[in-house]
Amino acid sequence: MARARVLIRPKTGILDPQGEAVERALPALGFGGATDVRIGRLVELEVDDAAHLDQMCARLLANPLIEDYEIELLDSVASAA
Amino acid sequence: MSVRFGVVRFPGTCDEIDALRACAAVGDAELLWHGDADIKDVDVVVIPGGFSYGDYLRVGALARFSPVMGEVAKFAAAGGPVLGICNGFQVLCESGLLPGALLPNLSLRFVCKEVDLVAATSRTPFTSGIAVGETLNVPAKHRCGRYYVPDAQLAELKANDQILFRYADGQNPNGSIDDIAGVCNEAGNVVGLMPHPEHAVDALLGSIDGLRLFDSAAKAQAVPA
Repeated sequence: MARARVLIRPKTGILDPQGEAVERALPALGFGGATDVRIGRLVELEVDDAAHLDQMCARLLANPLIEDYEIELLDSVASAA
Repeated sequence: MSVRFGVVRFPGTCDEIDALRACAAVGDAELLWHGDADIKDVDVVVIPGGFSYGDYLRVGALARFSPVMGEVAKFAAAGGPVLGICNGFQVLCESGLLPGALLPNLSLRFVCKEVDLVAATSRTPFTSGIAVGETLNVPAKHRCGRYYVPDAQLAELKANDQILFRYADGQNPNGSIDDIAGVCNEAGNVVGLMPHPEHAVDALLGSIDGLRLFDSAAKAQAVPA
């Protein structure tokens, strides 16, 4: 078993209206100077075979047409058995 | 014999009854359950709007794993006519049966308004009775309707005559690339659009323009007597 974290982001060049809305909201709290805000998704999962992660991302967790993904292996989890 | 339409119902679908009524106006119509790997030998498949699987992960992403979708894919590969409306369009894109993806509206708002659609091709069963350049008034209601394809693929869509409808000048409600409201696959038998023709089939509700897509499909599929 391995624990993994997958970061999914809108591809460069894809407009991210959520990020833009947050960017416009930050100055209202007094935080000036925040730019290029982009909002993505984080998926945490445990897998038996970390070799499957790339295909899991390409075929379901992300849509490669509009999103980039990055797989981070956290640690191996001791088998519960 | 009249043409038989099948309307797929997923958990979270909400426009299937209107779609059934629209189909029943021009042929026979029945529901297809997402959990059955069976499309009951229908002549036309309609994937209606709604929020299949709660829009979890990404709009349309999970519905493609429903047993019925394997049969829909086989039907489409054999040239069977398939119409995806709104969430149905999203499902067809996520399934790889149509090119592109649907992103959140640029406004981030849920859009609910009538829009004018300009027909861009007559080569699909659903637009066979609609001339290029004709305008149809149909409601749009969605939050994730911004059609996107990379530039190279957009050029291919244009070259292959795969753009179905564009929003009329100044009416793009979501920021779709090239004002695209709907597309078809290369063969022309699988089509998808964000606005809802099934909500525009009764004069009482303001427009009957949507009926023309169902009527076109029924005529295109009718077996010559």
